[in-house]
Amino acid sequence: MRLEKLINDTKFRGLFFQVLLGLSLVLAGHWLFSNTIDNLTNQGKTLGFDFLSRTSGFQIIPTLGTWVLDYEVGRSTYLDVYFIGIINTAIVAFLGILAATVIGFVVGIMRLSENLILRTFATIYIEVVRNVPLLLQLFFWYFAVLRLLPGKREKIELFGGMAGLNITGLYLPAPVVGQYFYITIMAVLLAILLGFYLKKYASIRQADTGQILPVFWMVLGILIVVPSIAFYLTGSPLDWSFPEFKDTGPKLRRGYQDGFGMAVVPEMLAVLFALALYTAAFIAEIVRAGILAVNRGQTEAAFALGIRPNITLRLVIIPQAMRVIIPPLTSQYLNLTKNSSLAVAIAYPELVSVFAGTALNQVGKEIEMIFMMMMVYLTFSLLTAAFMNWFNSRVKLVER
Amino acid sequence: MAKKPIKSASQRANVKKTLSVAVDPQVGFVRTEPAPLLPPPPSEGGFTGWLYKNIFASMSDFGSFGGATKSIFMGFVTLILSYFLVTQTLALLDFAIFSAVWSDPKGLEREACWTVEQGGALPAGWHAACWPFIQAKAKFIFYGAYPSDELWRVNLAYLVGSVMLAWVMIERLPYRKIVGALLLTAYPVFATVLLTGGAFGISTSTIGVYTILSLALITMGRLGKAGYVSGALGDLASVAGVCGWVVILFAAVLAVFSVDFSLEAIDTRDWGGLLITLVVAITGIVASLPLGILLALGRRSDMPVARFLSTVFIEFWRGVPLITVLFMASVMLPLFMPEGVNFDMLLRALIGVTLFSAAYMAEVVRGGLQAIDKGQYEGADAVGLSYWQSMRLIILPQALTHVIPGIVNTFIGLFKDTALVSIVGIFDLLGAAQSTLADAAWSTPVQGLTGYLVVAVIFFIFCFGMSRYSMFMERKLSRSRNR
Repeated sequence: MRLEKLINDTKFRGLFFQVLLGLSLVLAGHWLFSNTIDNLTNQGKTLGFDFLSRTSGFQIIPTLGTWVLDYEVGRSTYLDVYFIGIINTAIVAFLGILAATVIGFVVGIMRLSENLILRTFATIYIEVVRNVPLLLQLFFWYFAVLRLLPGKREKIELFGGMAGLNITGLYLPAPVVGQYFYITIMAVLLAILLGFYLKKYASIRQADTGQILPVFWMVLGILIVVPSIAFYLTGSPLDWSFPEFKDTGPKLRRGYQDGFGMAVVPEMLAVLFALALYTAAFIAEIVRAGILAVNRGQTEAAFALGIRPNITLRLVIIPQAMRVIIPPLTSQYLNLTKNSSLAVAIAYPELVSVFAGTALNQVGKEIEMIFMMMMVYLTFSLLTAAFMNWFNSRVKLVER
Repeated sequence: MAKKPIKSASQRANVKKTLSVAVDPQVGFVRTEPAPLLPPPPSEGGFTGWLYKNIFASMSDFGSFGGATKSIFMGFVTLILSYFLVTQTLALLDFAIFSAVWSDPKGLEREACWTVEQGGALPAGWHAACWPFIQAKAKFIFYGAYPSDELWRVNLAYLVGSVMLAWVMIERLPYRKIVGALLLTAYPVFATVLLTGGAFGISTSTIGVYTILSLALITMGRLGKAGYVSGALGDLASVAGVCGWVVILFAAVLAVFSVDFSLEAIDTRDWGGLLITLVVAITGIVASLPLGILLALGRRSDMPVARFLSTVFIEFWRGVPLITVLFMASVMLPLFMPEGVNFDMLLRALIGVTLFSAAYMAEVVRGGLQAIDKGQYEGADAVGLSYWQSMRLIILPQALTHVIPGIVNTFIGLFKDTALVSIVGIFDLLGAAQSTLADAAWSTPVQGLTGYLVVAVIFFIFCFGMSRYSMFMERKLSRSRNR
């Protein structure tokens, strides 16, 4: 019987089920879509992105994003709000990743220390931080710790008065860039380029003659000397604006003054503390696992060849450990970026809070705005995934 | 003879003695017995040895400049960290126990935790936990606005759930598989009815239609088994039989939901605190595992359409933060549904959390599937098992046990992530605790820290417990694998 043949044919079966799956999905999609259109027409709404050019009507607390885009209520558009959200997310993610990496590597190595005190400290830190929700830690930093800071009219001095801290935020000196400062920046880039060439040359020279150049010190020298020369030749085009604190005069005017230095709002500090310390605990575990994954025989073989311990560490252990560490490390970086969205709970103006929160309440374009917000995170993760694939193919063990 | 094996130690000693004497006649003394054993040096045994090994070994190298620098640095770090550990532990104990206010017999409320400066009776500078605040808010932190007279229902659900869970986890008890199956099927129905009050108003005719449909399908399956239909149609009949059992289970659930147990109906808006945290976490855990397995199988399937769809689904959910998913569930889900269909807020959050964690679960399971040796797949094919048979009997049991630690880690992450539902206005444990902080009747400077401490300890107990259990399972499994 032909029907029987067809049903028992695995190829036909596969095709049949795939068509079935695709069809049901299309039907479900159509159902959802028509529902949405119905609901939207009932509510008198339309789809479209024209709201992006409308001017926004709400305040955003001063952050990097509002500074970069020069935000002003009544003049800036919702597209500006979108970019402010992205910039604020990106800066928290960037600083958080830096801090989490440093803390994570230190704690991870401490966890493997032969010193009991260091080991205990690292273990307690990791276990406590990993088993308590990030949102709670964020609340802890924002509502419990940062509220203990002195009030608006007082301060804690840092770095001999160059910086200061109170409940309204952290005040740092701000760079005031002169006209020819770009030349110094170009000099830095040039120095980096020179460093790369030097390193390349040094390894060629080592392969030819066996002599090792002190590359690290030479690169460090270049990185300091070249930009400094450019900086002084162009007439030191960089000034610092120090935060100014008034403790005399009318009582309501006392405290840190606007327009001097750089203020970091306490919301951002809390988000940074929470994100960095939370992610660092996970990075520490990754680092520990990575170091333990390097076979003990590798160290012993290097010692047997007469290679000194610090060079063994640098040339034998770390490269192999890094191969294990980097893939989960990148996914932790991605997690940190995604977790920065928790900042909505304490109203730090990052993407979710400012765009999918306040702006969405004002505009009411749910579908477009949530779509735009998700696109940002999806782009971040696709870029990370692309980097991971590139990295994995680069460091993959070449098996013979 | 050179190749003759030397058998005993005394023989060997003889050979050596003769050899060495033969080589060098000038040797005046040859030891014939082993030297007496000396006690180990003090740096090796006993308490001092332990102390040396664990603390001072890293800072006792003064042989070189670098070594000395490192030793001094380590000494400093050790000192600072020990100081920090001791003072912080003492401070925590002092905060939570020794200096804490434990009771409020006079009903002073916030004044019971006020210092002299604030107008209370406690000494100036006092800073410790205010437990009467927690005692007063305990019901809200653990149950939300659930009616006080009906709390026995929540407690009964907890009790039954924990007894069943303990039964499954203790290996000596009989019928563990049956209890486990009940825990995953009957218990959720039982808990839903108990917590909401049941009586969802499902009409008898709906249940009747499902029952008749299932009976028809099962009859088809029976007929196929008995040999009345053969060949390809027989295959179809057996599939119909399996579907029939699924449908009848569904009908049974609907039937239970429709019965009026004369329990007071309680809206999920009144649920809160730990109850919400557990409901979200357990639903997410129970629902995301099967969904995750299906997605993982889809991603490794030979069918391009299934593979593409699973991959897109997984990467989409893994690429966005949970908060955006919850925002989407709370804002966009009502738009997707036809008019009149309205999910309550908790159900929306549950759907969001489940889909989100299913994507992560899928990646963990996929890891397990990839770790299975190719021979297992080929072996299953060679025995003539169908795809689903080979997955169910050969591949999945191995793959899932392989990734138990990963699965439990996903559970821990999910458990912690439940705290995020408070952002979309559901009062879970953290949300409930946070909202009690706004109560002016208990407004004290230590209110926040006390509340956060309680929430942190509860989360810690659950998450730490899960991670220890996963480590225990891991050790047990690796033992059985390395046998």
